Amino acid sequence: MASNKNINIHLKIWRQKNAKTKGSIETYKLDNVSTDSSFLEMLDQLNEQLINTQKEPIAFDHDCREGICGACSLYINGQAHGPASQVTTCQLHMRSFKDGDTIYVEPWRSKAFPVIKDLIVDRSSFDRIQQAGGFVSVNTSGNTIDANATPVPKHDADRAFEAAACIGCGACVASCKNGSAMLFVGAKVSQYALLPQGKVEATQRVLNMVRQMDEEGFGNCTNTGACEVECPKGISLENIARMNREYLFASIK
Amino acid sequence: MAKSAFLKSSIAKKYWMALTGLFLCLFLVGHLAGNLQLLATLWHTTPDDAALHFNQYALFMTTNPAVKILSYVTYISILFHAIDGIILTLQNKKARPINYAMNKPERNTIWASRNMAVLGTVILVFIVSHMVSFWAKMHFDENMPLQTITINAGGAPQEFYVTTDGGYIPKAQVDQGAYKIHDRTSFYDGQANVKIKEGYKDLYKITIEFFKQPTYGLPFTILYVLSMIVLGFHLFHGFGSAFQSLGANNPKYNGLIKNIGKGFSIIVPALFAIIPLYIHFLLK
Repeated sequence: MASNKNINIHLKIWRQKNAKTKGSIETYKLDNVSTDSSFLEMLDQLNEQLINTQKEPIAFDHDCREGICGACSLYINGQAHGPASQVTTCQLHMRSFKDGDTIYVEPWRSKAFPVIKDLIVDRSSFDRIQQAGGFVSVNTSGNTIDANATPVPKHDADRAFEAAACIGCGACVASCKNGSAMLFVGAKVSQYALLPQGKVEATQRVLNMVRQMDEEGFGNCTNTGACEVECPKGISLENIARMNREYLFASIK
Repeated sequence: MAKSAFLKSSIAKKYWMALTGLFLCLFLVGHLAGNLQLLATLWHTTPDDAALHFNQYALFMTTNPAVKILSYVTYISILFHAIDGIILTLQNKKARPINYAMNKPERNTIWASRNMAVLGTVILVFIVSHMVSFWAKMHFDENMPLQTITINAGGAPQEFYVTTDGGYIPKAQVDQGAYKIHDRTSFYDGQANVKIKEGYKDLYKITIEFFKQPTYGLPFTILYVLSMIVLGFHLFHGFGSAFQSLGANNPKYNGLIKNIGKGFSIIVPALFAIIPLYIHFLLK
């Protein structure tokens, strides 16, 4: 499968010194990019070129580079994680682009995700939502119960697992025209609400997580469905509907 | 805490938007059923009979207490739906202070879903102008005409006012002062000054003349049809969206909701649009 085809591309990348300064789009030319390289490897190549010419390299988030950590972000050519479906940016390869293409690379745009530097945004608002209720309280002082001792219907276990596949990358917020975080919060609420272990704290969980979500300045969901399409983990809108139900029942309890 | 959140939280706003939206969908069905009576002349009914039936219906809709309650719920729903929509739109604009230099939303969403606020604003303008043209006339216009019919009495056509008890009052006698009209619809005996009969406000005539008037009949017909197309797009996203907002999302019946929504958003506005088209182009 290996092809040795190389392409030359133009890049329009958001540069911003720090959270306080105003940023702008800068244009770069990068030659001899292997179509087998990942998008992040292409950025590494560009950074080498910048460093070799005594210029500030571009700051971008990355960690596992195998699509499971949720660290890499990037709004590429008008789509979260670029044009490919159900992949993170580290799994996007340069074979998705053609020789001579101009590629826009921008950070996630959301009031709740302020830019720290260049393409890196602060996603700690997601952490604070998780801390508000995205957990189960378990006594771990030596008397934990074996997880398999609690029977869980297969259907529920599967739905919970699908919701738990969320890696918290923020592509849903970035793609949503309203900057809403409901797919993320819906997945986190669902993952626990579906399991007997999570039912104990279900009422407080959904109320607290939604309150925190609203406080962080995320927008309101209008069911456009962009999040579901752009989610690298294929999290379904069903999770938002489940959160809506959970919230309704929790509110009238 | 739950009480204030139930009004203000992002999810509560969804519920209100969905509930008022779905109620307005029901209103559309009721309103359409009433309006379709304007097509009665298609079924070989005489214009006078069509007018009478429509005006009787209009009288019922403006006086029946149950309908009155429903109409107030409708006004409140429209206001709430619009205000909630404006608040949502403003908050959502704030949630993304800097826009993307390159964005391709058409890759992941349908056009209607991204433009609900614009579509809704057009519909609101339509509703206001529609109410000024018909609703306000029916309720407040001092010069609202009363329905008359022409009957051939002894070979000479004569005009009569139709009254709610099924009777007739010759227009000539009213013009001569034998009867007087008070409170817009009540016929009084000219001498004794007692109320004897009640007439029908001629909303049928107002409607027909609105779409048949010489200069503006065609532009009003076109604007009406365009507004219905806008309504169709608004419903195309809104109908299914309301169910999702209320938590009704299950693979078992998602297809059904989607198809009913599609059908509703095409059939209802289309039937509404047929009425002015018929009046302007076909009705004699």
